[in-house]
Amino acid sequence: MSADAPVLAPISARRRRADTGARAFVALGTAVAVVPLILVVYYLIKEGLGAWSWDFFTTDPTGSFLGDPGGIKSAIIGTILMVALAAAVAVPVGVGVAVWLVEFGQESKLALGVRYFVDVMTGVPSVVFGLFVYITLVVSGFGGTSFAGWKGSIALALLMLPVVTRSAEVVLLLVPNTLREAAYALGAPRWKVVFRIVLPTALPGMVTGVLLAIARAAGETAPLLFTATIVNATTWNLNDRMNSLPALIFQDVGQAQDRLVEIAWGAALTLVAMVLILTIIARLVQRRSRLS
Amino acid sequence: MATASGTVDTPRDRSLLEPSRGGRLPDRLLKWSLTILSIGVIVLIAYFFARLIVESRPVFAETGFFGFIFDNAWVPSKNLYGALPLVVGTLITSAIALVIGVPIAVATALFITELCPSWLRAPLSVLVEMLAAVPSVVYGLWGFFFLIPKLKPAEQWFSDTFGFLPFVGGTVSGPNYFIAGLILAIMILPIVSAISREVMSTVPRENKEAALALGATRWEMIRMTVIPYSRSGIVGGSMLGLGRAIGETIAVTIVIGNAPVIGDTIFSQGYSLAAVIANEFGEAASDPVHRAALIAAGLVLFILTLFVNAVARALVVRAERGQRAARKPAAGMAG
Repeated sequence: MSADAPVLAPISARRRRADTGARAFVALGTAVAVVPLILVVYYLIKEGLGAWSWDFFTTDPTGSFLGDPGGIKSAIIGTILMVALAAAVAVPVGVGVAVWLVEFGQESKLALGVRYFVDVMTGVPSVVFGLFVYITLVVSGFGGTSFAGWKGSIALALLMLPVVTRSAEVVLLLVPNTLREAAYALGAPRWKVVFRIVLPTALPGMVTGVLLAIARAAGETAPLLFTATIVNATTWNLNDRMNSLPALIFQDVGQAQDRLVEIAWGAALTLVAMVLILTIIARLVQRRSRLS
Repeated sequence: MATASGTVDTPRDRSLLEPSRGGRLPDRLLKWSLTILSIGVIVLIAYFFARLIVESRPVFAETGFFGFIFDNAWVPSKNLYGALPLVVGTLITSAIALVIGVPIAVATALFITELCPSWLRAPLSVLVEMLAAVPSVVYGLWGFFFLIPKLKPAEQWFSDTFGFLPFVGGTVSGPNYFIAGLILAIMILPIVSAISREVMSTVPRENKEAALALGATRWEMIRMTVIPYSRSGIVGGSMLGLGRAIGETIAVTIVIGNAPVIGDTIFSQGYSLAAVIANEFGEAASDPVHRAALIAAGLVLFILTLFVNAVARALVVRAERGQRAARKPAAGMAG
C-alpha cells in the first residue's frame, strides 16, 4: 500500500460527516418545500369535493346565514367575465408595449424608462392597484356607477399588464433576426414584418405568458373587493356590481357557520382547478414552442 | 433590425424598393401608436403615484408624515391614525417569511440544480412552481382552518419552552404573526427558489469541476463555488420575495388576527398595512380622513415595495451581468 497509495488523501471522517449532513439538510429542505402543496391540495379535495354538486354550480349564493347558503354560480360567471375583460384590455396593450420595446425602442433612453416603469408595476401590491381604481373610478362614480365589474377588470388588467409585457418581450427577443432581415430583403414594410413575421413566430411563447398572467389575475382577491365588491345575484352586465370566486371565499371564511365554510372550500377547489388547468395548458404550449 | 431598415432607408431614389410616402404611412402609424402606448405606461404610473399622494393628504395634515408612520395608535373611531402597529406587523411577518422561506427555497434550488437525480429535476421544479399557482385567498382559507388549529399546541410548547428568548413566551393566540409569516414563507418560496435556481445554473462548469478535481466533497464544492458565485442573485431573489411578502393582503388578513396593536411576541395577534386596507375600507367610505389614512397606508406600502424591488432588481441584474467579474474571486476561493 505504500508505493501506489492514492495521491489524494482520503476524505476525513469530519469532512464526510459535513458532506452527508449538508446533503441531508438540503434534501430535507426540499421535502419540506413540497409538503405545503400536498397539504393544501389534500385539504382542498377533502373539504371541497363534499360541497360540489349540480346545484352548487347552478344556483346563486342566497346570502342566508342559517338557511340554505345556495351555490356559487354568480361567482364563477363573475370571475370568468371580469378576467376575460381584463385579458382583453391587458393583452393587446401589454403585447403592444413589448413589440415597441423590442422592435422600436430597443436600447433608447425612453425604452429603458418604459422597462423600468413596467418593472415598477410588477412590484406594486395588488391591493394598491385596487385602491387606485377605487379612488379614480369608484369614488368618482365614473360611468354612472360606484362599484362595477368592469372596474374590477381594470384593476386586474393593471396587474396583468407587466406580466404580459415582460414575458412577451422575452419571447420577441428570441425571434431570430435573420427572419426579420429576410422579410426586409424581400421588400416587406415594417408593419408587415411585425404582424406577419415577428408576432406569428413568437405566438406560442406569448400564449404561455398570457395564460400565466390570467391564472394569476383569476386568483386575486384584494383589488376586486374595492372595485367589483361582493354580491349574490348573477349578472352578465359588467357595469353592475359583480361577484367573484376569491371575494366569495374571503367573505365566507370570516363566517362562523359550517355550511358557509363548506361553500368556501368548494369555491376554493373550483378556483384552484381553474387556475391549475390554465397553468398546465400554459406549460404544454410552452413545451410545444419552437423558440424556447 | 435597425440596420436592416436603415440600409433600405438611406439610399434615396436609388432603390426600386423604396416605398412611397403613402406606402410608409402604416409604418409610421404603427410606430407612433406603439410609442404612445408605451409612454402611456409611464404616465399611468406617475399619475397613480401623484393620485395616492393627493388623496392621502387629509390624514398627513392631521398627523404629519412621520406621525403617521411612527405613532402607535390606530383608533379610527377616535380619529387617531398612527400606523406604527401596522408597519411593525408588516415588517415582522415579512421577516418571519424570509427567515423560514429563504433557507428552504435555497435548499430546494441547490437540490434541484446540484444533487437530485436528473429524472426528478423536472417534476420537482413543477411542484415548487405550482405553489405559486395557488391563489392567496386559498392559502388564507387553509391557514385559517388547518394551520391555526394544528400548529397551536406546537406553538404553545415552543412558547413555554423557549420563553427566555426575546419576543417569545406567554399565551399563544390562534391567528398571529407567526402563522401569517409562515403562510408568507410558503407564498414567496417559488419565486426565491426560481431565481436562485436560475443563478445557480449559470455557475461555470469549470469552477465546479475544479473544486471536485481538487478533492472537494459535493458539499465543499457547493460551498466553495456555487454559493459564492450566486450569492447576490440569491439575495436579490430573496428581496423580490420580500416585496411580495410586504404587499400580500388577503392571506395575511385572514390569519393575522386584525388587532391594531403591537403584539408582545411573535405569537400575538397583529395587523398589517395591506390587511387594514382590505378590512376597513368599507367603513371608511363615509369618513374622508379614515379613507385618506387607508390610502396613506397604501402609499407607504407602495414606497416600501418600490424601494425593496429596486434593490432586488439591481442585485439580480448584477448577479446575471457581473458573472464574468465574479469569476476570478470565485475561482480563487475554490483553489
